[in-house]
Amino acid sequence: MQLVLERRAERSTKIAILSPLLAIALTLVTMSILFAILGKNPAMALYVYFIEPLTDSFTLMEIAVKATPLVMIAIGLSLCYLANVWNIGAEGQFIMGAVCGSYLAVVTNGTDPGPWVLPAMLLMGALGGALWAMIPALCKVRYGANEILTSLMLVYVADLIMDYLVRGPWRDPQGMNFPTTASFDPVATVPTLFETGRIHWGALVALIVVALAAVMLGRTIKGFEIRVVGAAPRAAAFAGFNSKRLVLFTFAVSGALAGLAGIIEVAGPVGVLQPGISPGYGFTAIIVAFLGRLNPVGILIAGLFLALTFIGGEGAQISMKIPLDLTKVFQGILLFYVLACDSLILYRIRLIASPKKAIHGTA
Amino acid sequence: MLNPASASSPSARAPLLQAIAMTKRYGSFAANDSIDLDLYAGEIHALLGENGAGKSTLVKTMYGLIQPSAGELRWMGEKLELTGPSDARAKGIAMVFQHFSLFDNLTVAENVALGLDGVESFAAMSARLAQVSRDYGLPLDPNREVWRLSVGERQRIEIVRALMQNPKLLILDEPTAVLTPQEADQLFTVLFRLKSEGRALLYISHKLDEVKRLCDTATILRGGKKISTCDPRKETAASLARMMVGAEIGEVKATSARATTVPRLLINDLSLEPDDPHGVHLKGISIEVQGGEILGIAGVAGNGQDELFSALSGERLAPHEDNVIIDGHAAGHLSVTDRRKLGAAFVPEERLGHGTAPRMKLSENALLTGHAASHMVHRGFVDKPKTLETVDKTTKTFDVRKAKRDPEAVSLSGGNLQKFIVGR
Repeated sequence: MQLVLERRAERSTKIAILSPLLAIALTLVTMSILFAILGKNPAMALYVYFIEPLTDSFTLMEIAVKATPLVMIAIGLSLCYLANVWNIGAEGQFIMGAVCGSYLAVVTNGTDPGPWVLPAMLLMGALGGALWAMIPALCKVRYGANEILTSLMLVYVADLIMDYLVRGPWRDPQGMNFPTTASFDPVATVPTLFETGRIHWGALVALIVVALAAVMLGRTIKGFEIRVVGAAPRAAAFAGFNSKRLVLFTFAVSGALAGLAGIIEVAGPVGVLQPGISPGYGFTAIIVAFLGRLNPVGILIAGLFLALTFIGGEGAQISMKIPLDLTKVFQGILLFYVLACDSLILYRIRLIASPKKAIHGTA
Repeated sequence: MLNPASASSPSARAPLLQAIAMTKRYGSFAANDSIDLDLYAGEIHALLGENGAGKSTLVKTMYGLIQPSAGELRWMGEKLELTGPSDARAKGIAMVFQHFSLFDNLTVAENVALGLDGVESFAAMSARLAQVSRDYGLPLDPNREVWRLSVGERQRIEIVRALMQNPKLLILDEPTAVLTPQEADQLFTVLFRLKSEGRALLYISHKLDEVKRLCDTATILRGGKKISTCDPRKETAASLARMMVGAEIGEVKATSARATTVPRLLINDLSLEPDDPHGVHLKGISIEVQGGEILGIAGVAGNGQDELFSALSGERLAPHEDNVIIDGHAAGHLSVTDRRKLGAAFVPEERLGHGTAPRMKLSENALLTGHAASHMVHRGFVDKPKTLETVDKTTKTFDVRKAKRDPEAVSLSGGNLQKFIVGR
C-alpha cells in the first residue's frame, strides 16, 4: 500500500472549512499527550484550558478583551498574506502605534485638554504603526530587501525604543522608579462598554474592521487586486495591477491596524505605557490569520479561539501549575497543523495498492 | 548496446503498448473517453487532435503522470499499472515534453544526470552521454550550461536523456513546435533511425504535412473520443483536418479591410534591454499594422517574442513614448490598463499564470482584463452579475466547453481556456 497526494481539479470548499477544525482536533490530541508526559490529567487540563473560561462572565469578557487586538492585527496581516507580502513585524507596529499614541497622553497628562485627545491618540497610533511598517515596505520595493527579515528585526528596535522612553524621558515622576508612564487621564482612555469588566469600545472597532475587510475583499476591485497579485503575479501585471504599489498599500494598512490595536490596548485595558503591554499579540495574530483562512469572518472566530488559549493558559497555570509557556507551544503546534491540513484543500490523500514488481525482458 | 532486446519486426503484429478503453474524468468532464490505441515496435504513430481533444491527457497517462479513471494499459501483452514516471522509465517508456524540464544554471551533463534513475557514476554517465549524442548525430557539449544553448540544442538534451534510458517506446509532444525547419529535418533523421532500430514512437503534432511525411499510422482524437485510426500517407491534409475538427473547414476569407487613416499599431525603432540575465535584447524593431490586417511575427521561440509582447502590452514600458503608437496615440509609456482603454487587447502565450490566474473563477478572470475598459467596476465596487455575463457571452460565442457555469480557470483544458481568453 502506498499513500499518494493527488491534485484536485478544483479546490474543495468543504475541506476549506473543515481543515481548521481538523487542525484544532489534531492539536488537542497532541496537547493531551504533552499533558500526560508532564504528569497532568489530560482531560482535566483540556477542561481548564478550553471549557472553564467559557463558564464565567468575567473570563468571557476577558476573552473579548484579548481577542480585540488579535483580530485587528490579523485582519491587516491577512491582506498582506493574500497578496503574498510577508509582514512578520506586526508586533513592532503594535508597539510603535502604542508609543506614538501615548505621546499625546503623556504630554497632556494632568492638563485636562478636552475630548479631542482620545481620537487624536487613535489617529497617531494608526499613523505610527503605518509609518513603522513603511520601512520594510520601502526597503522591499526600492532595494529588494526581504520583508520577512526587515519587518521581524524592526520588532526588537521598536521594543527598545519603547523601553528607552518609559525608563527615560516619559517615566512617571511619581512612579517610584518603575519603568512606566503616569496613568493616562480619563479623557485619554478608551471607555469600557459596561460598568464592570474590562471590555471596551475597542471591541466594537475590531468588529467594524472585520466588516470593512469583508466588504473590501469580496466586493471591491482593490480586494480583487490583492487576491490576484498573491495568486498569480504575472497575471496581475497583465491585468495592469502595480505590485509594488500594492506592497506599500498592504503594509500601510496592516501597520495602521496593528498600530491602532496597540494604542487601543494601551489606552484601554492597560492604561499606561510600560514594557510587556503585549504578550506577543503581533506574532499570535499570524496564527489567527492562517487559522481563520485569511478570511475576515474566519479571523474573528480564530481570534476568539486563540484569546481563549491565553485565558485558559493563565487558568491552567494557577489551578494546575502547568507552565504558561505551554500556551505558546500550543499555538505553535496549532499553526503547524493548520498549514499541514491546508494541503488537503488542493490535494486529496489516496491509498493505492502498489502494483506487483513485474519484470519484463532486459533492456 | 542500444538495440532493444525485443527488436521484433513491424510485421509481427503484436502491439508493444496497448491502451484499452482509457478514460480519464475530471469531475463530470471526460478528458479521455474510452480511447483504444495500439502502438507497434518499429512504427511512428501520430496522435492528432485540436487543442483540448485529450492528447496530452492520454500520453500523460501512458507515462504514469496521470492515473486513469477507467481502462487499462497492456505492455507486451501484460497488464501495466504505472505508479509514476520513474516506473514508466523502468519499463522502457520515455517522453520528451513540449516544455523542457531543464535547470538553466546547470550543465548539460548535470541535467541529464538529474533525469536518470540509474546508479552509474557521473564520469561513466558523461561518457555514455557523449557516446549516445555521437551515435545519433545529436551533438552536445556536456560541460556547457543550459542557458547558453539554443532551443533546438535544449531539445537535443531532452532527446538524448530519453535515449540514454534505451526506451522501447518514445513519446514526443509537439517536438517541432520550437524548431527551425532545418532543425526539424535533423530531428526527422533521428526519428527514422530510431524507428529502424525497432523502437515505437508516439508523435504528437499539429503539423499535418509532417505527420504525412513521418508517420505510419495516425490516431485522431476529438473532444476526448477517438475518431479514427488511419494511414496518414493515404489521406490528404484536408481529410485529416476534417477528422480533427469534425466539419468541413471553410476557406478563410478576409473581410475587406476597413480603411483606416492611421495604422492601428505602429512600432518605431523599439529597443529594450532585457530585465533578467537570460532574456533577449530587442534592437531597433519597427512594425506597422493597419486595420483589417493580421500580422504574424515569425521566428524560433525564445528569440524575443516574449519581450516584444511585454513591450506591446505595457507590462514593460518602452524607452520613448512614441516607440509604441496605438491607434494614433503614443502609448510607449502607458500602463496595460491605459492601453486597454485605447482599445487594445492582448492574448499572452502562457495561458495559466499569465493570461489567467489559475485558481480563480472564470468570472474573476474576466474581471482581470475587463476592469479598466468594460463596465464591470462602479466606484471601486465589482459588479458580479456583469462579470458572469461576460463569461456566458464568451462561452456561447466561442463554444467554451466546461463542467459548470463558473469553474476555476485551471480546470479547463488548454484549448478551451484559450478560447475563453480570446473571447473575453
